[in-house]
Amino acid sequence: MQQIFNFLIRNKNNILFLFLLALSVFFTIQTHSFHKSRFISSANAVTGGVYSWTSDIKDYLYLEEYNERLLQENKELRNILTNLNDTISIENYRDSTSFDGTYYFRAARVINNNYAKADNYLTINQGEENGIKPEFGVVTSKGVIGIVDRVNSRFSRVISILHTESRINAQLSKTNHFGSLVWNGRDPNLVQLIDVPRQAPVKQGDTITTGGRSLIFPEGLPIGSIEDYEMDESGSYYEINVRLFNDMTNIGFVYVIENVDRDLILSLETQDE
Amino acid sequence: MNNSILSNTARFIGLILLQVLILNNINFLGYINPYLYVLFILLYPFNANQSFFLILAFLLGLSIDIFEDSGGIHAAACLIAAFVRPNLLRFSFGVSYDHQNIKLSATPFGARLSYILLIVLIHHFILFSLEMFSLSHIILVLKKTLFSSIFTVILVILSLSLFSKKYR
Repeated sequence: MQQIFNFLIRNKNNILFLFLLALSVFFTIQTHSFHKSRFISSANAVTGGVYSWTSDIKDYLYLEEYNERLLQENKELRNILTNLNDTISIENYRDSTSFDGTYYFRAARVINNNYAKADNYLTINQGEENGIKPEFGVVTSKGVIGIVDRVNSRFSRVISILHTESRINAQLSKTNHFGSLVWNGRDPNLVQLIDVPRQAPVKQGDTITTGGRSLIFPEGLPIGSIEDYEMDESGSYYEINVRLFNDMTNIGFVYVIENVDRDLILSLETQDE
Repeated sequence: MNNSILSNTARFIGLILLQVLILNNINFLGYINPYLYVLFILLYPFNANQSFFLILAFLLGLSIDIFEDSGGIHAAACLIAAFVRPNLLRFSFGVSYDHQNIKLSATPFGARLSYILLIVLIHHFILFSLEMFSLSHIILVLKKTLFSSIFTVILVILSLSLFSKKYR
């Protein structure tokens, strides 16, 4: 017994080291496995408070750009509004920018934004108190940002599309050929659209939008334009580099999208299992 | 003694805030960030209790991780850097380091540089390997380690000379 204690005391530093190392590696592996509950996240009171305090200051520096973006969006919305009055007689009219009313939009402010790492997250200043829940989509007027991942009472964490594990259903806006949007961890302005069948007429400069096979985003939200493309190894699918419309390094204000019918659809789909 | 506790606490909090509020947003050339908070591990008193130092280094890394949403990668990197520090001290400053109360600013420049360089390289390499977490990205890991280390070492040396109390 004495010897065991002596051994423990002699090696206390090594044991402490191994214990703490195991703990930190455990945290690391937790973050690399997608969609699992995590202990360590920036959606908590302390870090959320610090980040919202600094973003108060930072937002002043970008006011002009945000105003510009709002003006642009207002202009587009006004155009749609006037066009709607003209075409009100056409039944079943639906273009890519009008939604069916099953989506509810909330405004939020990005208070922390990462884009230089392999797995990036954003923090926004809306939480459970404002009705935000996990799996809500996050967009700006220019395009898709990510998906809400963790929520506390006042802040939420968003998995950016610049996350190596993120997969978002996307399609070519012209032809509805769809694929998955992933990120290879390199350039924050380029994401990759994979699994697009070779029959699809892929052309440089074409627009990529969100697909209809997602319960998170409405169909037809803009994402980016095709930068270049090549065949994958098997030769049956395209790998397309997509240049994002959003400047992921400067986001500012976002909309959080709630799909009101999501639970109904999900309960229907899981009934068979 | 009290003075040392006070200055280390201030350095701990100050470096975390400096890192998460300013340095993590630099992103020079897209991905190069300095990780100046390693300075805490470099400057922590050489003759202090090693177990407590390990816990402090772990907490330092974990605080950065919570702000950064990066799991435990900073905690692991800091912990390993703190764990190997006695060996690196012996390597850089010779065997006599732990019996004398030496100050980092009073050591020869070559020895100081090798000590800073080794700790920063070890810390950054572990940090980026855990961040990528795959062997297929080893070139990217090495590239990030190299460039970020250069940036960090320059900042560490600048801040050491900026805050050194020795006027000459």
